[in-house]
Amino acid sequence: MHSTKPSHSKAAVVFTPEMMAQVEHFTKQYPAGKQKSAIIPLLHIVQKKYGWVSVEAQDKVAELLQLQPIEVYEVATFYTMFHLHPVGQYVLEVCRTGPCMIVGAEDICKYLENKLGIKEGEITADGLFTWRTVECLGACGYAPMMQVGDNFHEYLTPEKMDKLIGDWRNK
Amino acid sequence: MPIVTIDDREIEVPDGTTILNAARMIGPDVSPPAMCYYSKLKVSGGKCRTCLVEVSAGSTKDPRPMPKLVASCSTPIMDGMIVKNTTSERVLDARNGVVEYLLMNHPLDCPICDQAGECHLQDLSYEHGLEKTRFEFERRTFEPVDIGEHIKLHMNRCILCYRCVNTADQITDKRVHGVLGRGDHAEISTYIENVVDNDFSGNVIDVCPVGALTDKTFRFKSRVWFTRPMDAHRNCDKCSGRAAVWLFGDEVLRVTGRKDQWGEVEDTPEGNSGFICNTCRYDKKSLADWTVEGPRYIDRHSVISQNHYELEPAEQPKSLK
Amino acid sequence: MPRKLLLEHDKVEGIRHIDTYMKHGGYRSVEKALKKMTPEEVVEEVKKSGLRGRGGAGFPTGMKWSFLAKPEGVPRYLVCNADESEPGTFKDRYLMEYLPHLLIEGMITSSYALGAKVSYIYIRGEYRWIYEILETAIEEARAKGFIGKNILGSGFDFELYMQPGGGAYICGEETALLESLEGKRGNPRMKPPFPAVKGLWGCPTVVNNVETIAAVVPIVNDGGDEYAKIGIGKSTGTKLISACGNIKTPGVFELEMGLPVEEFLNSDEYCGGVAHGKRLKAVVPGGSSVPIVPAGLFYKNIKGEDRLMTYESLADGGFASGTMMGSGGFIVYDEDQCIVRNTWNFTRFYNHESCGQCSPCREGTGWMLKVLDKIEHGKGATMEDIDLLWDIQRRIEGNTICPLGDAAAWPVAAAIRHFREEFEWHVKNPQLAQTKSYGLVGETKYETASA
Repeated sequence: MHSTKPSHSKAAVVFTPEMMAQVEHFTKQYPAGKQKSAIIPLLHIVQKKYGWVSVEAQDKVAELLQLQPIEVYEVATFYTMFHLHPVGQYVLEVCRTGPCMIVGAEDICKYLENKLGIKEGEITADGLFTWRTVECLGACGYAPMMQVGDNFHEYLTPEKMDKLIGDWRNK
Repeated sequence: MPIVTIDDREIEVPDGTTILNAARMIGPDVSPPAMCYYSKLKVSGGKCRTCLVEVSAGSTKDPRPMPKLVASCSTPIMDGMIVKNTTSERVLDARNGVVEYLLMNHPLDCPICDQAGECHLQDLSYEHGLEKTRFEFERRTFEPVDIGEHIKLHMNRCILCYRCVNTADQITDKRVHGVLGRGDHAEISTYIENVVDNDFSGNVIDVCPVGALTDKTFRFKSRVWFTRPMDAHRNCDKCSGRAAVWLFGDEVLRVTGRKDQWGEVEDTPEGNSGFICNTCRYDKKSLADWTVEGPRYIDRHSVISQNHYELEPAEQPKSLK
Repeated sequence: MPRKLLLEHDKVEGIRHIDTYMKHGGYRSVEKALKKMTPEEVVEEVKKSGLRGRGGAGFPTGMKWSFLAKPEGVPRYLVCNADESEPGTFKDRYLMEYLPHLLIEGMITSSYALGAKVSYIYIRGEYRWIYEILETAIEEARAKGFIGKNILGSGFDFELYMQPGGGAYICGEETALLESLEGKRGNPRMKPPFPAVKGLWGCPTVVNNVETIAAVVPIVNDGGDEYAKIGIGKSTGTKLISACGNIKTPGVFELEMGLPVEEFLNSDEYCGGVAHGKRLKAVVPGGSSVPIVPAGLFYKNIKGEDRLMTYESLADGGFASGTMMGSGGFIVYDEDQCIVRNTWNFTRFYNHESCGQCSPCREGTGWMLKVLDKIEHGKGATMEDIDLLWDIQRRIEGNTICPLGDAAAWPVAAAIRHFREEFEWHVKNPQLAQTKSYGLVGETKYETASA
């Protein structure tokens, strides 16, 4: 059964002054009346703060840009970078597309599944990790690879994964 | 004015006319089917690909053929353009493909669908489809939902024509439903629990080419071919008050806009929009509310015309004259 | 030594910063264009250069520029397409990461040529750290007076902004990109009208790929004629190729158009040959959407002539035996790779990335994926499924609003065309195919079950 189900946030969504400065950075780069252009940047800003994008976060973006909420929902559900449901603190996004697949991306996924003890899209009990597969991230020559937050981790091996995960656990 | 030839028939049309509208000016026999284009909407078309045609000569100036089939609903004609619709094997093949794609995930639940008998997808499949599907996998399914007090959404039947979204954009202030998700998971939805409740929101039912959006006040009441559509009007302070009332005996089972031969809600004789308001559509279900003008003209090919109609003389088969 | 016009200084320490970049000749094209040339003269040089769009379509850039409508009182825009997402392609990322100022210099010079006072770089959202590199570079350029009011006293005012995407391959299609830049879903627009007439916010707009815009810098510096001297025929200048897959030295290379493909694949200066001493099975030379070619048709065309890295030579033979230059995403497959699996994988990609607005692509890609899943994973496929697959792709191709439909259809068509035996082997040996790979065309090491 398909359906784009909304998830609600428990806490209120607040844009801090730093976030509002970023909002302004974007809204002022478009001509008057074209602030709708800032939807995607604003969704990134709110996701960076809360880790995912709740209905309330989308409503807040709509309010800030003076748009109908549906205009934001349509966009947030189209673009795959936005997590519409809660995720772990670290989201490990492993590229699964051809060039990565032929040099071992599937093994990396199996390794993660065992190592973290969760299936794709789930959250570890400690709330630290979620892993999922994504399509080509433009690192085909440095494969296999994954994106975590703002960073790419390339030439992945089990040893490298162990170290990364260990470091995150100890943070 | 430029002249265009469609399936060997010539017509002179105003500049900027699309191939589809030029074809409609010639007549239904050369008009490509259109599942997403809707002439009464400012924005529509291009998406379903059922209206693809072959342009075998671009114009008098540049008579080269266009390499790809083009969407006739959104391609303007040029002087000297030659278009092939049903005379092109390529077009028929592509259209057959489009029908197959549109039906692939369609539930084929016509026996329990209120749209049956006036469904454009049924007509399209009948004319251009295969007898049997080659798709052998589980179909995509969604739960039916109420997206308004009187509107039922059966996403399983939706072909994502975007007409209802464009209608809401055009005739209502605050659109609350839209297309969510992407690709073959895209769906019409309000996302959060919300209702489409604008005074004109019921028109999304009239523009829906399939049974995805249906009128809950008519739900399971009757099959359309057992009803008698009548042209009727009433004084309404919100809309033109010109509607079609669908009768069963003296009972008004349903009220809709008056649809023309292309299945679109026709404008009033004064040239105003024929979209009706929700009061006329849902609340005026007594014959006393309406002044009945007479039977609504229904094409004799339609299953609806089977029972109760005096055909217009021009439309009568020779044997009856 | 082959000439490098773009990556000449990519390894220079500190080249990301404007002082070092300028020490190595950076921003000369801005000086030259704004002080000594009219916008029309810049367009003329680009026309003379024969530069073709480096995003994949290969449309002549000068011609695209000359189509730009210039109504009075209406702003015009240049939008840089940095939404690099074609599988196998990572050249723009490399260029922006190491030489951010080359892109910014190109944006300023090109915007001057087009009369665009405001321009945007639309960069895929996942390239977050590159966004930051570019942001710093833009600030440096502004501090030096290359961006802002009255640049270099020329009277040309110019602002350059960046916009991140949200994760959608389709936004690499120029009209989908414009929709996304307007804050909408990335649904491609119907053409006409073309962006040159009605683009961003309804204004005349040119959308160019990162590498295309960067190439304007050497063209203006050295002249279009000089640029056109490199290469063969209508494939002029240099081209960035991102090479990956089963090769010894994956990476981004700048090569002169006309380099034999055999040299590119096997020379240590470039790919270094197939890795681990294995034999070559197939190549997808221009990003996942271009037809895959088996080794036997790759080095030489069917006339027996050497295939070269040019638009024409790679396409030689049409789809029957050729392929395309595409975006320059060069993917190499060794003898152990499974073509059916790769086709299934690519189809999953296109199904995932289809915007869903037009029916052949929305439904057709999903159907192909289900059939391929059946063949690849041994779920009872029959020979008829291979024909069905052919028929599905055939009726997607050419019938969609944007080229994503074609991009989804071509890999399937080419795989069946050249590797039909391997598909049939999968159908006949559903169990064996789960653990073994067919091998090279026509020489499977594994007996079929029925034999």
